[in-house]
Amino acid sequence: MMRVPHDDMTRRSFLQTAATATGGLVIAVYLPACSKPEEAAKNAGPAKQITANAWLRIGTDGSITVLCDRAEMGQGVYTALPTLIAEELGVAPSTVKVEFAPPGKEYINNLLGGQVTGGSTSVRDAWEKLRMAGAEARTRLISAAAKDWGAPPQSCSVADGYVVFTSRRKSFGELAEVAAALPKPENVQLKGRNEFKYIGKPQLRLDTPAKVDGSAQFGIDVRLPGMVYAALAQPPELGASVKSFKADAAQGMPGVRHVLQTSSGVAVIADSWWQAHQARDALQIEWAPGKNAKLTSASIASGLRSASSGKGKEVRKEGDAESGLRSGRRVDATYELPMLAHATLEPQNCTVEFRDDGCHVYAPTQVQQLVQATAAQAAGLPPEKVFVHTTFLGGGFGRRLEGDFVPAAVECAKAASKPVKLLWTREDDMTHDKYRPPARNTLSAAFDTGGKLDAVKIHLVAPSVTARWFPAAVAKGEVDPFAVEAAHNFPYAVPNVYIDYLQHEIGIDVGYWRSVSHALNCFAVESFMDELAYAGQIDPYEFRRSMLDQQPRWQMVLDTAARKAGWGRAPSGHHQGIALMSGYDTYLAQVAEVSVQGNQLKVHRIVCAIDCGQMVNPGIVNAQAEGSIVFGLSAALFNEINIANGRVKEQNFNDYRMLRLNETPKIEVYVVDSTEKPGGMGEPAVALVAPAVCNAIFAATRKRIRALPIAKQGFTV
Amino acid sequence: MIKLTINGQAQDVDVAGDTPLLWVLRDTLGLTGTKYGCGKAICGACTVHVDGVPTRTCVMPVEAVAGKSITTIEGLSSNRSHPVQQAWIELDVPQCGYCQSGQIMAAAALLKQNPKPSDADIDSAMSGNICRCGTYPRIRKAIHRAAELSGKEGG
Repeated sequence: MMRVPHDDMTRRSFLQTAATATGGLVIAVYLPACSKPEEAAKNAGPAKQITANAWLRIGTDGSITVLCDRAEMGQGVYTALPTLIAEELGVAPSTVKVEFAPPGKEYINNLLGGQVTGGSTSVRDAWEKLRMAGAEARTRLISAAAKDWGAPPQSCSVADGYVVFTSRRKSFGELAEVAAALPKPENVQLKGRNEFKYIGKPQLRLDTPAKVDGSAQFGIDVRLPGMVYAALAQPPELGASVKSFKADAAQGMPGVRHVLQTSSGVAVIADSWWQAHQARDALQIEWAPGKNAKLTSASIASGLRSASSGKGKEVRKEGDAESGLRSGRRVDATYELPMLAHATLEPQNCTVEFRDDGCHVYAPTQVQQLVQATAAQAAGLPPEKVFVHTTFLGGGFGRRLEGDFVPAAVECAKAASKPVKLLWTREDDMTHDKYRPPARNTLSAAFDTGGKLDAVKIHLVAPSVTARWFPAAVAKGEVDPFAVEAAHNFPYAVPNVYIDYLQHEIGIDVGYWRSVSHALNCFAVESFMDELAYAGQIDPYEFRRSMLDQQPRWQMVLDTAARKAGWGRAPSGHHQGIALMSGYDTYLAQVAEVSVQGNQLKVHRIVCAIDCGQMVNPGIVNAQAEGSIVFGLSAALFNEINIANGRVKEQNFNDYRMLRLNETPKIEVYVVDSTEKPGGMGEPAVALVAPAVCNAIFAATRKRIRALPIAKQGFTV
Repeated sequence: MIKLTINGQAQDVDVAGDTPLLWVLRDTLGLTGTKYGCGKAICGACTVHVDGVPTRTCVMPVEAVAGKSITTIEGLSSNRSHPVQQAWIELDVPQCGYCQSGQIMAAAALLKQNPKPSDADIDSAMSGNICRCGTYPRIRKAIHRAAELSGKEGG
């Protein structure tokens, strides 16, 4: 029997290792003592707010406030997480008020070891935790009412914010204080699936109203009394530093208050951001070159190419792939992937104010603790004196797992003795990202004499993001689990399999980019499976299907995508390509339909089948799939980051092209019924787009694309 | 002083005439619903109406719109009752939401000029607005829905 490692197990064992190796994650070191939700409660309104637990406050007026401990960056946690609590409390999610939680131990993501929004983990981590939080609060409220009435608790129920017993009822608001003082209840019962009123049912997002009238507050929108604005000149060459600068011209410009050297460049503080920005451009800065002064895209590619001849760390081994490859009919292919920018539409920004109680940081962040730790260091304060206020995020995609936009804002606020909003320009953002790692993945396979696939070898070469995030863990000899996704769980029944990963650093920081290495490895594996199907003269769908006997969830999504897409029956002139993947405990297949006239490529339709286990909000699951496909298609068709002399060439959306509405194909999403535990949906659908589209292009043209983006491979899009 | 009419209200602003309207709206007047995305009129996040015409404020000097009537997302309706806003809520269009003020202003301008737009009309009116989250399929549906809602109101 083939072993398919389980994503969660990999991640957990990895984090265990990370914790052992580093004595806790880097960010956990800075974790302050328990946050105090009560403090926030004091300011919550006229009604007294009773803290039921870390996620829930009940007002004496019956109002219910849920603290959302994950960042809302479009993926829907602002709706999905409160739904889990509301379900158990028996109240409609639409009646709940939502606030973002401060940093706190109780908000640690058990799948990632810190208060992190990433890895498509939010619902998976919260699924039992938040339902239990809601159920425990319900149990207490019922106990409080039952005691008061002298009624048996098991005969009481909850409905719409009341505890009900026969014809009597008491509101949660009346009961909250007594309920909170009761001892921790034993025997807390979660609702059964068939009792769900809101989970898995269509529910509108709770953040939509604020996002259609301009009132949703993103980081860039924070306004504090007396606030001034900062623009930051960062070294154009990644890793260079300030040698000297002349600020005379800038200092004389309207509105300018301060010019200061920061840890990351030179900042101008002015009365308005536009003034700060203009004065920044008048600075004369001499930069001291760093270690990347000669770095180019070509040198990065050749570095990966030479590294590729080495042997990596073993990820998986079954049978003897080497001997299989020697004896059979062999196929080899190498796939190259470019660096990519996250390009969140809201550029990086941070607002900081020093007050009597400490340093207040307003940030669109995916990692509250990292912002707290980073700001504390820059402010010279202990972390518990730094208060992080999370805003809505104008896109995250992994970019806001970084804290690089924080220190300069703190330094500016310190220098100005006023609240300061520091905002990067689009160009700053594009040229100072932590880019998606490039990769060079070499795959080999052999067929036996009967034409069956006998051996597969997958050799992954890429820099490791995790090596920067959790350096000790990777240095100890562990394979970075976030570098081998969508390869380590190769699902096809092949007797001899060997997978290794070779970490090759490129000199500049790389970052987690939506779907992380799934995008790198799924492109290689699923393009290669397609190559093998054609080499074996078998239909690409049938070829995959024939090797999934023990894999019902993989089979189901593959079959569903093929059936819904009308596999093999594309309209005249259209051609199809298929791809299959599992990631984040979710199983997906996509079929792309394209036409190619001369060199003109058009993507007409993408069909996506998904098994993501139990859904919390079907509308958001669909939206994430649709959006991920658009995101994946921008990357597949257009995107790459190029380096010359250590500088990023791409500057803005004119040379880092985004898919537009008129270029968006018809997207169809089919979610199969599943009662498995929830899988993640924020990322996985991104990764299948490139292989599905490239496989369709091969079907149309017999031209195999082994390097992205497609627009650089002789196609006009 | 530059005299502006914003969301029906007269405003005097004391800024350099070449300041882009975007920063006057956001920083001087506190109307932060209009967003900065690219600063080069490529992404559409900063779209408002100037005398009813969808306009990229990130490259529009404020002095060029003196005396004209400017409508921002905050002034589209007082209670999210504009058919485009209603359709956006009904179809749960936004994800991160950052581009949506610009998308909504572009869609509202389209519908004003063309109450029953075809898919091709939507393509040409909306292709200047980037949505990094990829809400385009829902934007298209919501514009058709908003056209229906406007039709009902009108009838």
